[in-house]
Amino acid sequence: MFEKMRVKTKVIDSGKSGLDTQTLEVNVGPQHPSTHGVFRMTIVLDGEVVKSLRPVMGYLHRNHEQIAENITYSASMPYTDRLDYFNSMSNNQAWAMTVEQLAEVEIPDRAEYIRVIMSELTRLVNHVSVIGFLLNDMGAFFTPTLFAFREREKVLDVFEAVSGSRMMCNYLRFGGVNRDLTDDQLGQIKKIVADFPAFLDEFETLLAQNEIVCMRCQNVGVLPAELAINASITGPMLRASGVNYDIRKVDQYSVYDRFEFKIPLGEKGDVYDRYYVRMLEMRESLKILNQALEQIEPGPFMAPKVPACLKNPRNFKPPVGEAYGRVEAPKGELGFYVVSDGSKEPWRYHVRAPSFINLTVLEAMCIGYKLADAIVILGSIDIVLGEVDR
Amino acid sequence: MAFSKNKSQVDDGLKSELAKKGIVITTLNELYNWGRRSSIWPMQFGLACCAIEMIATACARYDIARFGAELFRASPRQADLIIIAGTVTKKMTPQVVRLYNQMAEPKYCITMGACSISGGPFIDGYNTLRGIDRFIPVDVHLPGCPPRPEALLYGLQTLQKKIDSQDFRKAPWYQKGLKREYAIPDLGPKGLIPKFNPEVWQPREEDHRKEKYGSPMVIGKKTKAPDLDAPPKQPKAPAPKPPKRSDDSAPPSKEA
Repeated sequence: MFEKMRVKTKVIDSGKSGLDTQTLEVNVGPQHPSTHGVFRMTIVLDGEVVKSLRPVMGYLHRNHEQIAENITYSASMPYTDRLDYFNSMSNNQAWAMTVEQLAEVEIPDRAEYIRVIMSELTRLVNHVSVIGFLLNDMGAFFTPTLFAFREREKVLDVFEAVSGSRMMCNYLRFGGVNRDLTDDQLGQIKKIVADFPAFLDEFETLLAQNEIVCMRCQNVGVLPAELAINASITGPMLRASGVNYDIRKVDQYSVYDRFEFKIPLGEKGDVYDRYYVRMLEMRESLKILNQALEQIEPGPFMAPKVPACLKNPRNFKPPVGEAYGRVEAPKGELGFYVVSDGSKEPWRYHVRAPSFINLTVLEAMCIGYKLADAIVILGSIDIVLGEVDR
Repeated sequence: MAFSKNKSQVDDGLKSELAKKGIVITTLNELYNWGRRSSIWPMQFGLACCAIEMIATACARYDIARFGAELFRASPRQADLIIIAGTVTKKMTPQVVRLYNQMAEPKYCITMGACSISGGPFIDGYNTLRGIDRFIPVDVHLPGCPPRPEALLYGLQTLQKKIDSQDFRKAPWYQKGLKREYAIPDLGPKGLIPKFNPEVWQPREEDHRKEKYGSPMVIGKKTKAPDLDAPPKQPKAPAPKPPKRSDDSAPPSKEA
């Protein structure tokens, strides 16, 4: 808002009332507490109603793709952490899956289970923080975030124990994971999973029936299923519009075919549905975690037989070819497309970033609603600027 | 960097003796600095990954409120401290400098994370500013990627030590004619114009990075796209072994 308080006024209507009305152009961002980073929206307002909205991106463009095309495959792994910095484990998983597809590596069972456990824990972290921030945008200043971050810290303790870092885990490797999970750590995860439903109940009683939350969220920012499909929206946003599409079920990558879980769907596709789908997804994640923790068995955590090209990861040269690996990241379909020319660095590297593509329908959802609703709608999309701008 | 605390004229022994009787002796300077350092208001300004750790520091476990800096203000006009948490890109630099200019004196700056110190892991990128200290003066540098919340608390304590060492009679913001507004760079087609603010930062004479780590990333060394439709290469058939020679027909050695 402080970037340019440029005010353009234009007479648009001297209608029946005889009064001149004007539109007002407001810049929100890049420094604004509710833009989730450095994102700018140029909003044209008629009174308080949004007439048009133009997103301005690129304030956090960190040349992710170009850097990745000039470094080795394994050196890209820590950069993927910094794409969507809330859930580094899912990003690692997508990148590892892509390269494993390229080099045709078989992954041992235990490594797959560890990956699933980590990515589901990441989903908990992401959804709980997003709901906290969404409530923050609605005006419940910081209290829901405090609740959310209290739980987040518990999961981050696990991440730190297994990988050595709280946020930027860099835990997965091509062909498995970096380190094995000890029994202590599995017990720590079991405790989190056992305690989490109580927290979810607490969070839900606080919010789900809250009158202000209902009034601010219901019937606001409706995204019809048809538009959502046409704009290739994925993740909880698409499912809130009532489309049953989850890559965990569609692709059944990793070991997701061994678990029983449901896909929560919304009815209307408004902000409330998007919020509630995330709440329900967390409960399904807990189901997956419970099953995974039961089924995990001791064994190797790195592929025992890796192809010759992977023996020395610094000099890893995959065969010529292309690969696209995708996972159901907490924000939607996260995919990595990579073309190898047989050298140490990829020839082309592209990230299909879910929050960038989900952001494309922002204008369509905001038009006709008030300025304060636009902030809430942006919060419900769940963007992370590291991934949008890359 | 060690900051020397302002020296009090009063004898320490006398001070503690009086304190036992409930009398506190202090100087105006100490009182003034105590008030300032115990209520630093940071600006709510996150750029990238480090911003999440900044929020975590403000939350229950780390609780930055213990150090009096919990009131994050969204407006630079109300803030004392700007925590530059995250990668500063070239597109964002003019805005960061403008925000710093808009803050009221006395103002402080902490760079959080490797990116805002030097560019961090993204230093090779064409759009990354290699350190915000090229444009605005920085009080505390906090390394890490991202720094842990404890590190941010330590950085804040370091800043408090710096505030304690300041004397309000000599403080620059009470001097006449103070103008601490820094030139806002423009984003041109080939990066920022100017590339740095010579009042704040001067380039090193030797290229430290190049000497220590070699030349930076070379871009555009590959020119030929791989042919994905080409049939996979057949492994080369092993070359036929040369027929065994009898001892008689052995090649003459060089000595012979």
